[in-house]
Amino acid sequence: MRTPVALLLELGVILAALSVLGTLARRFTLSPIPLYLLTGLAVGEGGIAPVPAAGEFVETGAAIGVILLLLVLGLEFSLPEFAVSMRRHVPSALLDVVLNATPGAAAGWLLGMDGIGVLALAGATYISSSGIVARLLSDLRRLGNRETPSVLSVLVIEDCAMALYLPVLAVLASGGVWWQAILGVLAAVGAVLAAFTLSYRWGHHLGRLVAHPDAEQLLLRVLGLTLIVAALTELVHASAAVGAFLVGLTLTGETATRTRAVLSPLRDLFAAVFFLAIGLSVDPADLVPVLPAALALAAVTLVTKVLTGRYAASRDGVGRRGKWRAGTALIARGEFSLIIVGLAGTLHDTLGPLVTAYVFILAIAGPLLTRLAPSRPGPGADAQEGGALAS
Amino acid sequence: MGLLSLDDGGMDVTEVLLPGVGLRYEFTSHRGERVGVVARRTGDFELVVYGAVDPDEGRSVLQLDSEEADTLAEILGAPRIAERFADLTKEVPGLVAGQVEVQAGSAYDGQPLGATRARSHTGASIVAVVRGEEVIASPTPQEVLLGGDVLVVIGTHEGIAGVEQIIRG
Repeated sequence: MRTPVALLLELGVILAALSVLGTLARRFTLSPIPLYLLTGLAVGEGGIAPVPAAGEFVETGAAIGVILLLLVLGLEFSLPEFAVSMRRHVPSALLDVVLNATPGAAAGWLLGMDGIGVLALAGATYISSSGIVARLLSDLRRLGNRETPSVLSVLVIEDCAMALYLPVLAVLASGGVWWQAILGVLAAVGAVLAAFTLSYRWGHHLGRLVAHPDAEQLLLRVLGLTLIVAALTELVHASAAVGAFLVGLTLTGETATRTRAVLSPLRDLFAAVFFLAIGLSVDPADLVPVLPAALALAAVTLVTKVLTGRYAASRDGVGRRGKWRAGTALIARGEFSLIIVGLAGTLHDTLGPLVTAYVFILAIAGPLLTRLAPSRPGPGADAQEGGALAS
Repeated sequence: MGLLSLDDGGMDVTEVLLPGVGLRYEFTSHRGERVGVVARRTGDFELVVYGAVDPDEGRSVLQLDSEEADTLAEILGAPRIAERFADLTKEVPGLVAGQVEVQAGSAYDGQPLGATRARSHTGASIVAVVRGEEVIASPTPQEVLLGGDVLVVIGTHEGIAGVEQIIRG
């Protein structure tokens, strides 16, 4: 076996750079995702420091990253939590779709994209980043706040909407005549609903198949099963990501909790590689012309997300300050918008750069703005709010 | 938002689901302070107090990992359980509370509580089963005993000694 020195060196330098950038971002309670995207841009084609040897690995790693992101999302999903969220927040969820998917769809139409491009862009502006938002709420110590359940409920419903949206988009993006597309969509939606039923009624039995007291065995079994299912769903043009999500859904209870713990470090590594790969796939030269559109779209959907969050919080009887916190918390877009690009980006030249720039803007703006939202009241409220910014 | 209220001896504890994160419990202390406890799925806990200016915002007071939370719960809870039973027995002269441990591998390890026929033979009642951190209050006869369980028994001195004899086999 020959050790690929160039690959190891390039990969090592990239990971070291990511770790420095990640630490920097965390210091300011920001998400590291924009910095990962920047790194990808820098080392990609037309960037400042190309990495030819690591390219192939990054590409493979990115595919695994998407699968792990969706698998863990499926593992975190719980039907009872979804049901509780739906009971209270159906109007919030509807408002969320109308307010946030419409600007994306309109932008896609104005930019002259076809139906799939419009659908992809609508999805990219609709979905908040549950990864960034959940982390943010924990970092800012807002989990105990009364507006937090509304924020989390909106996120859970969005994640579930993704479960139906992603397979539909994947099937449509894979092309074919209209009746093939319709059959594909029906099959994909059927598979998701079947997985829900399966996990609800027989989740514990399925869990027993892969459960093992040894962490290594558990990791190998779940990962092996996930990759096989992912490959099969990709084979029928329903996207590997969807297959991984289905596996995550069917595992519940104790097995899901343990799998999450075992997989988390692996997910973090490969998700970083995925963000890197998205940056890598975009030529910085293509980015400049889409910047105005990305900025305008970001500005509009920033406001619409704040409105969504404020409405959801008001349904839970939250006061004025809490409503601002809820609204701003939801602004950040991230991993899902990028996954959507990964599915449909190859079909349109502008879609990839546009959504990358868009996510870049909102993944920075979201955390910054929600820190500006009113919090920590006291006699010297002004001085304290300044302190929260500086710290 | 409010899902259910735990009725714990007259105190209202509101339980709120935090989808994807865990649960939040909330109650008002006798001094009027709103106290919240966030129990995360990871096993970590956070203790918050709600302010007067913005009643929706919790000021984070303590963040505990699961081991620290266990220790705190033990410190706060253990004497209280014993105290409560002591209060109960004080009200009736001649009644005492005792603890009987079920040894692993003993006759009733894995047997339902009813199989001990402790009450019929001794007149003493088994009012709770303490299993690790869990307390099963007023167990039914169907409750299966496990090695390491501690039974909280209320009865006369003789009755408790009798239960101890039965459980030891």
